[in-house]
Amino acid sequence: MLRSRFKMPSHEELVKRMDAIPDHILRECPICDATFFSLRAGSTKTCPNCGYGFRITAKRRAKITFDSFEEIDKQMTIPDRFTDEKYLTKAKKAKKVTGINESVLTGIGTLDKQRVGVGIMDPFFVMGSLGSATGEKITRLFEEATRKKLPVIMFTASGGARMQEGIHSLMQMAKVSGAVAEHSRAGLFYVVVLCDPTTGGVTASFAMDGDVILAEPHALVGFAGRRVIEQTIMQKPPKDFQSAETVMAHGFIDAIVPRLQMKATLSRLISLHTKENVYGR
Amino acid sequence: MADKTAYERVKAARRPEKISTAELINHLTSGFFEQHGDRLEADDPAIIGGIGLLNGKPITVVGIQKGADTDENIARHFGSPTPEGYRKALRLMKSAEKFHRPILALVNTPGAWPDVESEYHGQGSAVAQNILKGMQLKVPYITIIVGEGGSGGALALACGDRVFMFEDSIYSVLSPEGYASIMWKDAAKVEESAEELKLTPEALLADGIIDKIIHEYQPGDDLSELRDFLDQEFSQLAKLPINDLVERRNQRYRNF
Ligand SMILES: [Zn+2]
Repeated sequence: MLRSRFKMPSHEELVKRMDAIPDHILRECPICDATFFSLRAGSTKTCPNCGYGFRITAKRRAKITFDSFEEIDKQMTIPDRFTDEKYLTKAKKAKKVTGINESVLTGIGTLDKQRVGVGIMDPFFVMGSLGSATGEKITRLFEEATRKKLPVIMFTASGGARMQEGIHSLMQMAKVSGAVAEHSRAGLFYVVVLCDPTTGGVTASFAMDGDVILAEPHALVGFAGRRVIEQTIMQKPPKDFQSAETVMAHGFIDAIVPRLQMKATLSRLISLHTKENVYGR
Repeated sequence: MADKTAYERVKAARRPEKISTAELINHLTSGFFEQHGDRLEADDPAIIGGIGLLNGKPITVVGIQKGADTDENIARHFGSPTPEGYRKALRLMKSAEKFHRPILALVNTPGAWPDVESEYHGQGSAVAQNILKGMQLKVPYITIIVGEGGSGGALALACGDRVFMFEDSIYSVLSPEGYASIMWKDAAKVEESAEELKLTPEALLADGIIDKIIHEYQPGDDLSELRDFLDQEFSQLAKLPINDLVERRNQRYRNF
């Protein structure tokens, strides 16, 4: 039989062969520890075993979620007043990796012919932190959506405030909230999708302001980081204390939606909130 | 005072002998009626809230209070509010809006309380709701940063029409210790961190983040000058048509 023509490799040999495969071809899921070939994660970069959505760039997310997407404020980037060389070098690298000029991609997208304002934070751009230009882009997105009477879909993924921009980063939380409030007062719909990770000042502002708040499975969602809790009050948090599932059990998330169903779910929610045929009208 | 280094200012802002939020409330207002609880879950002693008369006119005050000794500090978790504290403040601010009372917020916190229970109770959400409502309140809203103004936990009570700071106070995106450990992986570099964070009242005034520096008051000092100043500010703001008030407040933050 065939077997006789091929010598079965020993276990050691197999391990060696695994080592020879470049890292990017085999992936390990940080949630369920399953190891699988990258290709099986597909264009949505989802763990085939547990459904965890790997961190992806904003550009990829736009592509896999919307039928069309037209970027706005594309050139906007870190203001000139920030001159620290280390910071600017970091930002330069981030631009290369992500293909965008700040930690959020904004624009107008379509979902099954419905027009929506779209914001997508990029976890690979200085950890998706909230820079002045990030806040400005999100503020303009809400202003534009208010003018055009469009709903807004915001994908959050952020390490929180951008330390290098100091207090100006903190002020973005108030600025964006002002624009969110205005959009809401106009009776327009705002849906948040919490992605891995959503923390700090982003959680403490527009990430928690949605009319509907969704999350991707196993996304880390929280305010204070694990290390801060451990070091400040010497408490050891349980393993999953900030998983989307835990946060949902405590009442802060409407639904957890796997990435493969995200587009259909968002489309349905937009449609439910923009029906012309409503009671009392 | 301005000749202090940034880190000396940090230490001055944290001095336990500083005038307390409770004393400011009791001596700025008369007949202060304290209100407890968030009507959902609990009463957070880190936040004192209630109604008092400022030169005879009712205002709502919410203030973050540190403890005077270890026991009190544990009860008030070192002036770091829990979500219940922020929700109590929000409840009182909404009540103030209903009864056309201006709001005075007094901030002295290293930041929102970082523990597991606060995470479970939605610390991020609580802070977010306060900021969102703060931007829309239809009554004048003034904040004084009395000592420490630490990150989102401070901003939750500092998105009003005016933000003032005491001379010995600081306001920053995070503590110098936290900044040192993130930026240099070395918590000992607090002095450099304090400089880089530009957290002094002078630096923040120059940067347009705050509106005025208020001279430092010691415990037992006569507060009538500060009382008259706040009375004037509230009177001016209260004269604006409500839409203008809210519009100007939004513009204040829109420019950042
Ligand atoms: Zn998995």
